[in-house]
Amino acid sequence: MTQEKFTAEFNRRDVLKGAGAALALGGFGGLAAAQAPITVGFIYVGPKDDFGYNQAHAEAVAEIKKLPGIKAVEEENVPETTAVQKAMQGMISQDGATLLFPTSFGYFDPHMLAVAGKNPNVRFAHCGGMWTEGKHPKNTGSFFGYIDECQYLNGVVAGHMSKSKKLGFIAAKPIPQVLRNINAFTMGARSVDPSITTTVIFTGDWSMPVKEAEATNSLADQGIDVFTMHVDGPKVIVETAAKRGKFVCGYHASQAKLAPAAYLTGAEWNWITAYKTIIDAARTGKPHPNFVRGGLKEGFVKPSPYGAMVSAPAKKAADDVKAAMLKGSFDIFKGPLKDNAGKTIIEAGKVFKQTDATLEGMNYLVEGVVGKTGA
Amino acid sequence: MNARHADTLESVALPLLAMGGALLLFGAFVWFGGKSPLDAWTLLFKGAFGDWFSWQNSLQRAAPLMLTALCVAIPARAGLVVIGGEGALVLGGLACATLPSVITPPANAFGSALLLLAAGAAGAAWIALVGLLRQRRGVNETISSLLLAYIAIALFKHLVEGPLRDPASLNKPSTRPIADALLIGGIGGSDIHWGLAFGVVACIVLGLWLFQAPSGFATRVVGGNLRAALLVGLPGTRLIVIACAIGGACAGLAGGIEVLAVHTSANAALIAGLGYSGILVSFVARHNPWVVMPVAVLFGGFGAAGSLLQRRMDLPDASVLVLQGFAFLLILASEALRGKLFAVRGRPAPAPAMAPIAPQVVS
Repeated sequence: MTQEKFTAEFNRRDVLKGAGAALALGGFGGLAAAQAPITVGFIYVGPKDDFGYNQAHAEAVAEIKKLPGIKAVEEENVPETTAVQKAMQGMISQDGATLLFPTSFGYFDPHMLAVAGKNPNVRFAHCGGMWTEGKHPKNTGSFFGYIDECQYLNGVVAGHMSKSKKLGFIAAKPIPQVLRNINAFTMGARSVDPSITTTVIFTGDWSMPVKEAEATNSLADQGIDVFTMHVDGPKVIVETAAKRGKFVCGYHASQAKLAPAAYLTGAEWNWITAYKTIIDAARTGKPHPNFVRGGLKEGFVKPSPYGAMVSAPAKKAADDVKAAMLKGSFDIFKGPLKDNAGKTIIEAGKVFKQTDATLEGMNYLVEGVVGKTGA
Repeated sequence: MNARHADTLESVALPLLAMGGALLLFGAFVWFGGKSPLDAWTLLFKGAFGDWFSWQNSLQRAAPLMLTALCVAIPARAGLVVIGGEGALVLGGLACATLPSVITPPANAFGSALLLLAAGAAGAAWIALVGLLRQRRGVNETISSLLLAYIAIALFKHLVEGPLRDPASLNKPSTRPIADALLIGGIGGSDIHWGLAFGVVACIVLGLWLFQAPSGFATRVVGGNLRAALLVGLPGTRLIVIACAIGGACAGLAGGIEVLAVHTSANAALIAGLGYSGILVSFVARHNPWVVMPVAVLFGGFGAAGSLLQRRMDLPDASVLVLQGFAFLLILASEALRGKLFAVRGRPAPAPAMAPIAPQVVS
């Protein structure tokens, strides 16, 4: 079915010349289906050059654009309102896109689901959402990466490089994805020295540059000497921390360029892997991959290269953990684990694999984190 | 041509000339960026008003702007520069989303109306507070409305992410979703939701009120000269607070409609700057509710066109903001020509920057 559709579209576009050649060559139909040209739409919630979440996507899209037979259309700064529904519908009706990547969490429900219902022949791949079998349509799906693995590695490096044994984490909101990163970072650092603490500040929203700078300064005043973050654009935090003479571990994309002397390493997305999987399925007419997840091992996330100041023991420790993660023999969330109020969260002997859905509902901060999840 | 006709013609010609000039400047801007201005103009038109899809796109974007613009226009007629419509909008949305957990509204159109009423009331109370603060305590309304908007947003976030949070909303904290029967659908099978109808009706009715009803006239007198109004015995404070409440009700209603027609619950996505865009719309429309309608559609058109421009020409999102900036600057600057545009006829006129399209418009 889908193959026929793609072939038809190919012929219509390339008019008679291509069709004639195809007939002459014979068997071209199969080839055309395998490499069916496709228009793919990408939608970002912020600017493409934010040194953060949106840039991580845009960088992968720039790679996708180089591949033959793929036309990518992009739209940035699209709010999570009807504007994104219109952007999606526009990509479908005006640009002929048959696969869309709405990349902001808030696009999923109700916006993407609404547009997907009206366009059953278009595939939708959402970044971060919880696609659920039976609840959400088959032409939709979600992909995400276990970036907490890279945050754990950040923590290991930060733990080695910190002199004050006090780390800082500036985060947007106390939601599961963010809490998971804070916890992984802290556990990574405490694997080096259990006396290390991470102080967390929630700014309240994804892009609050002024508050992020204030939080960085106030933590620096408290003696914190290594920072990391989970906000949409880490630029301000990286620059402020560097100005205060502190180290940072990056997030989303590499911010090394902004502060080469302060940037230890970072947790980066590698969206190209997920993009390729989903686009290939669409081009070859395979069923839409509805639930795509992966970590370091699958190539969904990657650590930034180490800065020149990172010590040899720090590199070695982080590389050892990374090797174990790549082998699949390392679990971050396993018992016994206590939260920062002393309550046992995971019983001794219990291990949560990264794919476990329980982890996607995380609502606690682990022992060693200074801060509260809010109400 | 008699003076009255000249006035009317001028009111139409000035903004059109300004828009033409803005488009020319934008063309130059695009050309400097190494892209074809012709392509940009064509795409602008296609994206905003080129076909039925584009019209739906523009009108849909215009719907909330009409209501938020009224939150500036009506108080402005009473002499107040209120720029905090965003606060009324988010609280309206919150009231609308929260009401079902307080009372159980009937699952029909009447129930939806009740929710919208709550939204309007919340917005009205918030902006009326601005008017009261100014009249009773002498607090500057521009500053207080802006600061109150920040407070409203903080309150909204605190409640949505705290006490009112639906535990099932994990990574996108929201209030509990509103029952399907209470949601507002599209007009006649299109994508445009009924919010547009609310906007148009509010603009028409409030225009009639301002320009035809005695109380509307009294409000305009208060706005024109408060001391003169008080001297002839008009209840200044009451009229000002009522004007604020009406404006706030419109913005609150906009928030309620966004919740019922788009978001299905109150969450941070509601804080998208619609209230602030309304300020621009109202100023460009010179606080005239009737003119707010076409200006809001034009704004919706900018948004829709910007979307296409990005996808087809790889222009950054900010480029359409540049066009908007040119348009504002010239529309406001063109006011300087009011009363002079047709007076200089027959003489070698000092041509304004946007003269080239003048003959087509005037003829």
